[in-house]
Amino acid sequence: MSVLLNKDSRIIVQGITGKTGLFHAMGCRDYGSKVVGGVTPGRGGQTVEGFAVWDSVEESVEKENANVSMIFVPPFGAADAILEAIDAGIELIVCITEGIPVLDMLKVKEFLAKTNVRRKAAGQTIQRLIGPNCPGIITPGQAKVGIMPGYIHKVGSVGIVSRSGTLTYEAVHQTSELGMGQSTCIGIGGDPVKGMEFIDCLELFNNDPGTESIVMIGEIGGTAEEEAAAWVKKNCKKPVVGFIAGRTAPPGRRMGHAGAIISGGSGTADSKMDAMKAAGIRVAPSPAEMGSTLQALLKERSGRA
Amino acid sequence: MKIHEYQAKELFRNAGVAVPRGIPAFSVKEAVEAAGTLAGQGVQAFVVKAQIHAGGRGKGGGVKIAKTRADVEPLAQKIFGMNLVTHQTGPEGKIVKRLFIEEATPPKREMYLSLILDRDRGCVSLLAAAEGGMEIEELAHSNPEKILTLPIDPTTGWQSYHSRKLTSFLGLSLDPKAAGNLAGQLHAFMDKLYAMFVAKDCSILEINPLAIVGEGDAQKIMALDGKINFDDNALKRHPDVAAMLDPDEEDAAELEAAKWDLNFISLYGNIGCMVNGAGLAMATMDIIKHYGGDPANFLDVGGGATAEKVREAFKIITKDKKVKAIFVNIFGGIMKCDTIAEGVISATKEVGLKVPLVVRLEGTNVAKGREMLEKSGLAIIPATSMADGAQKAVKAMKEGL
Repeated sequence: MSVLLNKDSRIIVQGITGKTGLFHAMGCRDYGSKVVGGVTPGRGGQTVEGFAVWDSVEESVEKENANVSMIFVPPFGAADAILEAIDAGIELIVCITEGIPVLDMLKVKEFLAKTNVRRKAAGQTIQRLIGPNCPGIITPGQAKVGIMPGYIHKVGSVGIVSRSGTLTYEAVHQTSELGMGQSTCIGIGGDPVKGMEFIDCLELFNNDPGTESIVMIGEIGGTAEEEAAAWVKKNCKKPVVGFIAGRTAPPGRRMGHAGAIISGGSGTADSKMDAMKAAGIRVAPSPAEMGSTLQALLKERSGRA
Repeated sequence: MKIHEYQAKELFRNAGVAVPRGIPAFSVKEAVEAAGTLAGQGVQAFVVKAQIHAGGRGKGGGVKIAKTRADVEPLAQKIFGMNLVTHQTGPEGKIVKRLFIEEATPPKREMYLSLILDRDRGCVSLLAAAEGGMEIEELAHSNPEKILTLPIDPTTGWQSYHSRKLTSFLGLSLDPKAAGNLAGQLHAFMDKLYAMFVAKDCSILEINPLAIVGEGDAQKIMALDGKINFDDNALKRHPDVAAMLDPDEEDAAELEAAKWDLNFISLYGNIGCMVNGAGLAMATMDIIKHYGGDPANFLDVGGGATAEKVREAFKIITKDKKVKAIFVNIFGGIMKCDTIAEGVISATKEVGLKVPLVVRLEGTNVAKGREMLEKSGLAIIPATSMADGAQKAVKAMKEGL
């Protein structure tokens, strides 16, 4: 079992004729994902590396029943690409693009929210956006939609959700090395205004029979981790391990990610770790111990059972 | 990116937002000329203002009133080149290299106004207070009821009813026939200010004080100060804003890094770090601290770094004299470990290796990368994991080469 993505997902790549888009379209196909083609306006009807190219997302939905899109459109056109995917009814939109202006993302968020209100009223499933500025999503052994190195993953039952890309790889690597595989890994991205938040992912993992435990990796800045911790305390039945990057980051400095900034004394690593501990989340003492902390926690739980 | 007050006011003026007349000056001579030009426009009293990015300039002695045109020169001489210390500059202060000569507009009343990118609400929000001059964070803490917060829906933008709410909150009359029609002025002011905020991709815009100057029907609503931060992601679509960057206000190493598209921030420790990915870079700083060391910098070389980029990153780290050891921590996904190894080898050959270098490689092409480092003949200390690398870096920093 998995969340959001499986072997039947029908994937398109927006920006497939760009160098990066094409490279990762091939990477995802090599991993086993069902990449049905891509979109580049003005290049419709062409074929690149065996992928069909369409002029619009709508066309890919009509012709191939695409339901997942991976976006590699450059920053100033990326918000428009997301809006097009929402309009075409794509169920899972994964935006890899880094550096989208925040004001553009505010409009995207507003449009997605309004669209989902309408869909809910009509009894349809809601559309999901992952990212932007994220590594994507992978369900090991089934499909990957993103830029992560597939081979470090193992089929298993740990659900991983993270704001950071390479730090997610670290958690994946650690759990795989210890013999625990992953159900699904979601990189939600480092921007302050984005699609899915921690709580959305935790809710899916909590309801997924294939996910037995969860690793949640946050960063300084914002209050999403505190909100997620409160949600876990109230709702989550599964063991959760947490880590927050940026304990040594100085206030007021943006640490690479637009969202990773401590402002006005809020959003510090310590306040987030405290919130996690208060919610019963086991906090890894260092980023090298995310896997071992989870292993120890699971051992304790099974010993008790 | 941040800009100076005079640059913010230029943007306000171009957008039709009311500000006092003023001219920037880059020397005392230019300050005198500026006063002459303003005097030609009928200005009688002036304000000489130091232009540095930090707040608290007035308290630090960087803002002075010149009652006559002749007073401008001695005041400009005093402020230009001074080392201005405020609560935001730190004890080392900041040398004043730019002045702003402005017409003196004694405020009848001071208020506070800001627009912020409100990430929690997912919109732009207005914050306002009926009194100006204080720190808004302090007021938010002590008297939150004295602050008006108006979230603006991004699809509707600024509307007249927002202006009416603000006008009433500030205790001004909504009657267009009231003296000076302040309600009408405030609406025009806010409508244009919000449009400018969106058009220029601002992230924070603060006017403290927003003032009412003059008497009776001649009353005017004006921005007497202006502070703007811009969304760095959007700078490339605003070349006019990007050109306002003042290199004197930026860290030299950070500017050099930005040229190569590297995310770099100078810190105070002595272990230089080179990492791919912002989260892993922060986590690497954390683990160095965890094992008793102190990071000298944050450096994210990004996901798609080339050997050239890695070499430049390495040069920036080694230029820093306080660096006593270097820790390279790479989890190659898209970035291949052999690319990193190539960059590290070429950089060390070019600049030499004066401090211990610990390298931890993991991920794509790891075997090849490790082999290249081993065969290079360089005195590189290999690490098997992030924890192992951090411990070795701390140890090497203490022991030296």
